[in-house]
Amino acid sequence: MAKLIEMRVTWGETMLELTKTHPNIMILDGDLGNSTMAQIVAYNAPDFYMNMGIAEQNMMGVAAGMASVGLIPWLSSFACFLANRDLDQLRVTVTQPKLNVKLAGHYSGILTGKTGKTHIDVGDIAILRALPHMTVVAPADSVECRQAVLALTDMPGPAYLRITRDAGPVIFGEDYRFAIGSVVPVREGKDLTIFGTGVQTTRAMEACDLLASEGISAHLVHVPTLKPIDVEGLVAAARKTGRVLTTEDHNIIGGLGGAVAEVLGQHHPVRMKIHGLQDCYGESGPNDAMLEKYGLTPKHIAAAAKALLNKAR
Amino acid sequence: MPIDPALKRDLQAKAVQVRKLILQAVHKAGAGHVGGPLSMVEIAVAMYFKILRIDPKNPQWPDRDRYVLSKGHSCIALYATLALRGFFPVEEVFTYDAMNSRMQGHPDMTKTPGIDMSSGSLGTGASPPLGMALAAKRLGKDFHTWVHLGDGEIQEGQVWEMAFVASQYQVDNLTAIVDYNRVQQFGFPKDGNVRRRVNPLVQVPEKWRAFGWHVIECDGHDFDSLIPACEEAKTIKGRPTCIVAHTIKGKGVSFMEGDYNWHAKVPSPEELAKAFAELEAAQAG
Repeated sequence: MAKLIEMRVTWGETMLELTKTHPNIMILDGDLGNSTMAQIVAYNAPDFYMNMGIAEQNMMGVAAGMASVGLIPWLSSFACFLANRDLDQLRVTVTQPKLNVKLAGHYSGILTGKTGKTHIDVGDIAILRALPHMTVVAPADSVECRQAVLALTDMPGPAYLRITRDAGPVIFGEDYRFAIGSVVPVREGKDLTIFGTGVQTTRAMEACDLLASEGISAHLVHVPTLKPIDVEGLVAAARKTGRVLTTEDHNIIGGLGGAVAEVLGQHHPVRMKIHGLQDCYGESGPNDAMLEKYGLTPKHIAAAAKALLNKAR
Repeated sequence: MPIDPALKRDLQAKAVQVRKLILQAVHKAGAGHVGGPLSMVEIAVAMYFKILRIDPKNPQWPDRDRYVLSKGHSCIALYATLALRGFFPVEEVFTYDAMNSRMQGHPDMTKTPGIDMSSGSLGTGASPPLGMALAAKRLGKDFHTWVHLGDGEIQEGQVWEMAFVASQYQVDNLTAIVDYNRVQQFGFPKDGNVRRRVNPLVQVPEKWRAFGWHVIECDGHDFDSLIPACEEAKTIKGRPTCIVAHTIKGKGVSFMEGDYNWHAKVPSPEELAKAFAELEAAQAG
């Protein structure tokens, strides 16, 4: 059984670590510090933390101004707010001038702690990927999350980190090395290629086991960076099997599936299936029930893989 | 207290030059805004020729004062002022709105020397100056940050988010200037007359006071009123200051003044000649 760690705690601890090496770091909090774990910095390094109140539009603009003077602001809020409430401020004052602002989008995907549909954003990847100059990263586990925080902090320009609320399995070892814009082979296989992103990759690993028990060999590749997308990596992985399934904790429109389809459609067309939320909003409920109802369990991924293979025959 | 008369004459002459450049550039481009730019001329001239600590030869000087034109649609007034101050050649102002020009339709900090923040989507320019002021304190820098807001623009909620947070952090190295000309792009009927349209927002100074800001009212077209207001703003400690500058949309050209139709209208050759004659007559008088 893999160790379970909350990515938000990792994010908070990594931010605290960064305050010791990066004097120009500043965490701006949309008054959710005790949910997002920005409190780890608020309590232990208060000079590096400012509550911007329940006012995300202003928070985004403040970050732009700080970045223009040389600070490295990390905004901390829920994904649903960062990708929507302050989108115009992000567009005009951050991405158009390419300012060095980082967004920590907490409580992403459908597992948001029984909050209901208002706090579930099914389209953050689609929205933020469509902004020129934006980098979008969805780590699979705590190890990758920590490395992504470090890499995005040291990368000039705007970036979004998609963070999951509850504890998830740690799938990468200490020797893992995250690189912005590179896919990560997870499992070798020959019958079909599965691309996963964020924590959905961990469920795809379980799906590979289910498929293996039925004699199906899946080639699993993790796609942590949705933008800039790894064109060569995607094409090479698609070429291996000639059939591609994508799976994500996000709408089937505009997310990982969309990004992969854009690449393969132009560079290496193969039969493909996009698995994820079926263009719907969420609701409140326990995690297991949510994954079951919205079809994101390993069993659902395996079923989608088999459907793709049957169609391909 | 009145300012030095020689300085005042000089600034007034600059203001006439800026107004002429605005009208010529919009006429040549066949597009752009007129009323709002004419409303802010004295404020821009006061800033760049008297108040701001800047170096036109080094627009990215880290210790410069920051000035953000949040009512970005009025940027032709800023371009004209920056050109006269030496940030770029005056002829370049006439490339306003042209393809590949540094004189974009709304301010673009990645293109134009002297522009400290991109703006144009109203309200979005209000918060970056707060970030600059907070960053200055964090980095131990002594520059002052100014944000120039339109009175129509302060209908945007983001402005009041900024006002609350600036007050909460006692940001005294930030001054907002509200260009209070009481006219917006289309506005609301005045006294039931659908052809006479205004910005109905009232109690503007009271609103800023209620958010914890120090408020100074001044005549935004009179350097004797405007410059002391800016100088006072820099001395206020422990809270941000808002200068409510009473202005006239379309100021300086009789047939444009106070008329929402001139928010974004291109003057014809005849209108341009008439406007120039009025500006020259006023200067001579």
